Amino acid sequence: MNRFDYVRPTTLAEAVTAAAAPGAAYLASGTNLLDLMKGNIARPSRLVDITRLPDLDGIETLSDGSLRIGALVGNADLAHDAEFAKTYPAIAEALLSGASAQLRNAATVGGNLLQRTRCGYFYDTASRCNKRTPGSGCDALGGDNRLHAILGWSESCIATHPSDFCVPLAAFDAVVEIEGKNGRREVALEALHRLPGDAPEHDSVLAPGELIVAVRLPASARAFARHSRYLKVRERNSYAFAIVSIAAGLVVENGTIKEARLALGGVAPKPWRARAAEAQLVGSAAGPGAFGRAAQVALSEAKPSGDNAFKIELAQRLIVRALAAAAAGTPDRIPALPASPFSTPAGALHV
Amino acid sequence: MNLSIGLTINGERRDIVLEDPRVTLLDLLRERLQLTGTKKGCDRGQCGACTILVDGKRINSCLALAISHDGADILTIEGVAQGEHLHPVQAAFITHDALQCGFCTPGQIMSAIGLIHEGQAGDDPERIRECMSGNLCRCGAYAGITEAVQEAQKILGNTRTERAA
Repeated sequence: MNRFDYVRPTTLAEAVTAAAAPGAAYLASGTNLLDLMKGNIARPSRLVDITRLPDLDGIETLSDGSLRIGALVGNADLAHDAEFAKTYPAIAEALLSGASAQLRNAATVGGNLLQRTRCGYFYDTASRCNKRTPGSGCDALGGDNRLHAILGWSESCIATHPSDFCVPLAAFDAVVEIEGKNGRREVALEALHRLPGDAPEHDSVLAPGELIVAVRLPASARAFARHSRYLKVRERNSYAFAIVSIAAGLVVENGTIKEARLALGGVAPKPWRARAAEAQLVGSAAGPGAFGRAAQVALSEAKPSGDNAFKIELAQRLIVRALAAAAAGTPDRIPALPASPFSTPAGALHV
Repeated sequence: MNLSIGLTINGERRDIVLEDPRVTLLDLLRERLQLTGTKKGCDRGQCGACTILVDGKRINSCLALAISHDGADILTIEGVAQGEHLHPVQAAFITHDALQCGFCTPGQIMSAIGLIHEGQAGDDPERIRECMSGNLCRCGAYAGITEAVQEAQKILGNTRTERAA
């Protein structure tokens, strides 16, 4: 780990000023940043510790019915907030399917959004990686790339965004509040992360020194509480990143889909909202026919970036499964193994 | 750069001046304070051997900067027994033979104490396995670990109910 300057501001204005210095990085719990620093992948010259900033750790319902979640709210605290889990069950399930209990206790909402890819070549400083060292090349192309992107990738980078939390956030139209030296601005979560193009070193649209202060869920997200799920296929059934994950939400009346939300994780450099598939679902009978057609539409532009063509069919099948699970109804309690496609409503043993 | 911090460790207040902001809670405990019960396995948040409770919550101490935890209340494996009386989770690990080499055990026990306090798993073995997945056991003592956590949950859950009554 490189040497760094450490500052612990007590106001937002001080934090933003301190982070304007070149090479500065914000530190919340650091579960991803410290790991990257230990591996010499991140080498910040200054850490701006935001853990003591006021008013960033609340969960509040606003007058317009939206929910505002402070950037320092812990992942576990959010998932285990009874009202939150009841109102946004797919988001709670996604949170609980990620990482381990220890990491979820430490990790924050803002940090989750800005965590970096787990592409093995990004982590291996002996490999070429355009995201880590711009212009150096990409050893994932033609390398071990079974788990890499099938949507949104470019020749310069085929890495995926690793977050579970962001997938339902994208599906349910979350908005990110950002503080910078020019004041506050808002960006739709769907637009927070960038596609790599020829500049994969920029994961997000945040300018240097900008800080995520909150995530907001609009009132419209509440409509899906009774029919929403997050499903995730992993190489092992706990404490692993997604190969493919799906967030699905439906509003169903008399068997007909009135509204649909669908997003994919593990398949692209960003959480991938499938709007055309949502449009396809609306007005259809909630059943395998409509779910299968939506799955086809959602992956219509997918193409393998290497040895990962299987992920296209896997994603299609998981979309059908997630939509069927959502249509069947949100379970009263999150399954023992959150987001597992092998979980049954009856809770049959599977590990 | 002010590198002095105050921590409460196993009930004892400690004032510490760090030599470097890079020091993790894990390295502080082991190298400075000689509390070597907390183990360094992977040092990257993957194995759980370094699990401690910070302000009552289990975290990986390898991925926590000491300087950022100024003022925190820390519980390590050295602080869980009451004199000669083992903590119920420690006793349950012995009863159920929930270890072989023992290297992961302090982290397993701290994680189990955190899990029981969180109250999310109850004595459902499947939920216990899922909620303990952040602690790897190279010897594969998972069956005993699950049984030990189930038993400790029953004891501690009953204690909690009695206190509430």
